[in-house]
Amino acid sequence: MTELTESFDVVSVGSALPNARPATTPKNLPHRGGDANPSAQALKQQFGDAILRVSVGWGETTVFVARDRAGDIIRWLHDDPSQQYDFLADVTAVEYRETEVPMEVVWHLRSLPYRRFLRIKTELPKDAPLEVDSVWSIYRCADWLERECYDMFGIKFIGHPDLRRLLMWEQYKEGYPLRKDFPLRGRFSRSEQLRQALAANPESRYSMEELTVAEAFSEIPDDMRRRLASGERTGE
Amino acid sequence: MGLTARPDSALKRVEYDPQSQDGWVTTRLDFLVNWGRANSLWPMPFGTACCAIEFMATAAADFDLARFGMERMSFSPRQSDVLICAGRVPFKLAPIIRRIWQQMAQPKWAIAMGACASTGNMFDNYAVVQGIDTIIPVDVYVPGCPPRPEGLLYGIQMLQKKVMSERMSDRVLRDEMEPDPTTQLYLPPPAIDEISEPFGNSINQTRSTP
Repeated sequence: MTELTESFDVVSVGSALPNARPATTPKNLPHRGGDANPSAQALKQQFGDAILRVSVGWGETTVFVARDRAGDIIRWLHDDPSQQYDFLADVTAVEYRETEVPMEVVWHLRSLPYRRFLRIKTELPKDAPLEVDSVWSIYRCADWLERECYDMFGIKFIGHPDLRRLLMWEQYKEGYPLRKDFPLRGRFSRSEQLRQALAANPESRYSMEELTVAEAFSEIPDDMRRRLASGERTGE
Repeated sequence: MGLTARPDSALKRVEYDPQSQDGWVTTRLDFLVNWGRANSLWPMPFGTACCAIEFMATAAADFDLARFGMERMSFSPRQSDVLICAGRVPFKLAPIIRRIWQQMAQPKWAIAMGACASTGNMFDNYAVVQGIDTIIPVDVYVPGCPPRPEGLLYGIQMLQKKVMSERMSDRVLRDEMEPDPTTQLYLPPPAIDEISEPFGNSINQTRSTP
């Protein structure tokens, strides 16, 4: 785990623009077409074939990138001084009804200094393992976003330090709920679902290791402190 | 001004004759105990959704839950009498509400407030428990989505009536229910499946595997 830097620069929105003015809400945007985000052109020059296609809708630019380069591309967008995409707004995935259409992983990036928004997409064919690079090492906020995406779609983010289920409990056995082949009510009967849910130990969701380093150690209940002192490392 | 007797009032001295029938009230012990229990129900609020907002409104000044002896929200299960589940309960929360129920001391009651806590409501999906009566025994169901505070107050009054009708000789009422040790369920699995059956529009959805 890399150290978090303690000092940082305060960024004011649009400060890198040559003629920074207060932002105005764009009007009369076309549904398709229009001016692409200048970062799309810069990406094509920098990465060439790894940029598959660029589309613009409602004034927002979507860049489809090759799966194996996605991590590099997002790192470049974050690090390059002419881009400075310093804010990751969302990581999610899309699955389409048509089974032959590949799944997509979507990153929403925002550059505060340049006041730009960019949507990066990459396609995951369903006949291959659903894997893509994690951006956790670039944006720490990707931690839970990628965990949720893994929980709901089963997409593995390579390089994520702690890829566990986030919304469903960790022993959940029914699969990935937002996949199209997942039945709305789940795969098991209600009594079986309830039996499995009640068998889950609520305390197991808390990492005893994290509690030892947390400031709350002095405030946790006596029995948990005792179990920690005896070397127990999980709540289960 | 002191508390001196007015000179003109010849205060009658209370005469008490232990052999006389005057000045005695007789009652059943059942009535006395139930009267005390019914009018000092301390709620354990288990609010998970919008019903909790209505529950807070019920506790606030306009509707004033304190009129029913419930002014003290007991956030410790060990000191509470009635668990009010206000809102939907996902499966992930099922072991938690079960543990809170088991930590509550007898006598204890439960109110399922709102359609989600009672039946799962429209959340007939993979994540939501289809009524908390599959996890804990429920005394009063309050319908509504969410119920208005008057609805909850009516449910509380129904619970008070139920408490008043209890008999101390009927030990079964206050026996702690033990769940099945292997499955941890109170009800047999077919019963849970049956009361979790879909209704209304959602019967058109099918489950792929039983």
